[in-house]
Amino acid sequence: MNERMVQLDVLRYDPQIDDEPHFQRYEVPCKEEWVVLDALNAIKESIDPTLNYRWSCHMAVCGSCGMMINGEPRLSCHAFLRDFEGVIRVEPLANFPIERDLVTVADDFIDKLKRVKPYLIPGETRSIDEGEYIQTPAQLMKYRHFSMCINCMLCYAACPQYALQPLFLGPAAITLAHRYNLDSRDGGRDERQQVIATNEGVWECSFVGACSEVCPKAVDPAGALQQVKVASTLDWFREHLLPGDTK
Amino acid sequence: MAKSNKPIVWSLFAAGGTLAALLAPVLVLLFLLAATDHAPGLLSYAQLHAFAAHWLGKLFLLTVIALFLWHAAHRLRVALHDFGLRQDRIVAVIVYLAAAVGTVLSVLYLVRI
Amino acid sequence: MSRRPFVRQVSRTRWYFKHSRYLRYMSREVTCVFIGAFALLLLCAVERLSEGQAAYESFLAAITGPWSILGLSIVLIFAVHNAISWFNVTPKALPVQIGEGFLPGRFIVAAHYAAWILISLAVLFFAGVL
Repeated sequence: MNERMVQLDVLRYDPQIDDEPHFQRYEVPCKEEWVVLDALNAIKESIDPTLNYRWSCHMAVCGSCGMMINGEPRLSCHAFLRDFEGVIRVEPLANFPIERDLVTVADDFIDKLKRVKPYLIPGETRSIDEGEYIQTPAQLMKYRHFSMCINCMLCYAACPQYALQPLFLGPAAITLAHRYNLDSRDGGRDERQQVIATNEGVWECSFVGACSEVCPKAVDPAGALQQVKVASTLDWFREHLLPGDTK
Repeated sequence: MAKSNKPIVWSLFAAGGTLAALLAPVLVLLFLLAATDHAPGLLSYAQLHAFAAHWLGKLFLLTVIALFLWHAAHRLRVALHDFGLRQDRIVAVIVYLAAAVGTVLSVLYLVRI
Repeated sequence: MSRRPFVRQVSRTRWYFKHSRYLRYMSREVTCVFIGAFALLLLCAVERLSEGQAAYESFLAAITGPWSILGLSIVLIFAVHNAISWFNVTPKALPVQIGEGFLPGRFIVAAHYAAWILISLAVLFFAGVL
């Protein structure tokens, strides 16, 4: 198994000491098949135990380890060292405040996620005796790829509209609202539309498409947001042009 | 926050964008061919007047001019915002007013033909 | 433990230089300037047309100048750029579900290109060029 020395420039920030973040260079022996997360773990274990970063599953399903790697939002467990040349620049995920080192303050995203009510809101109450909700494979496939979101926030790091307008709900939150709107078991679309069909909801999006480009789970948030625009536009015409529709 | 009224301008933008995608290249090509003298009679007074005199021709010209203007207006509003001009409200009023004036003018001119 | 989160500033006017995908996005957006300019040109043409033969023919003479031809060529480039980028993203906004699967995006894109070619040929034929 081959080992080579890999250099990383990692953005450090200690709120109790630093006025602003600064890069620190590390040189660490790495195995050929390692990912950036492995290099960070090796640094923490043997060189600098004060380095802070989030990670968990190491297999791109938990969404914890998002960070900027050479300026691109990546999951550090999904960024292979062999794909990089020279010094690798590692920074905390863009468009979020830095808590400490590579750890960001994710509160804004969590708040927005809660606001879109990302859970089934049944249309009709149903007792246990009536049995389960029946959903055909076709009904499932309608929203399934949107349900693959792991809340890693890479899309927020890539989105320039979120960077420029912090009030923007953002790709993942709106995509998840859309996921539930499309679910045949759900009856909460009207409630969610009050949140996402606003100026700070889907209408801040200008279809840059960066979110879909960086998404590690191929959720295609850009597609979801355009679909929400189309649906919201049809709603608007229905509400404003059809008499008696007072939704 | 209340539901947005952006759908009205967005649908004009989307319709205009689709029309522009399908029609603008060939229409520009017509002007280029006429300007470079590659097709005798192309866009001549006789030809274009005959086209615009018919109500279908008027409808075609009005639709193209208006939808192109509304498409460009909305997209310009967003683009200026992206370029860093943050006074979105003022920009919106200016661009949509321009598109509206352009639409009204094209109606006025077309009915005179 | 005191918290002092650090907010990194993003340049409002230069953010799009940070990555080629943002530059590509901006190039797509600025096509609207040229579509708008062309619409204004059409408006001028219609206005001159309504004033009569002499007025319209002086308009035609004006667009035969070299600057005009250069301008029209630039407009053509951006009009084509708009068309191609527009067709490529349409499948994302209007997915077509068939059974348990989705119609592959390339069919929708291909249909748009086909319509583009047909419409262009029809216009050229109708205008007497073909």
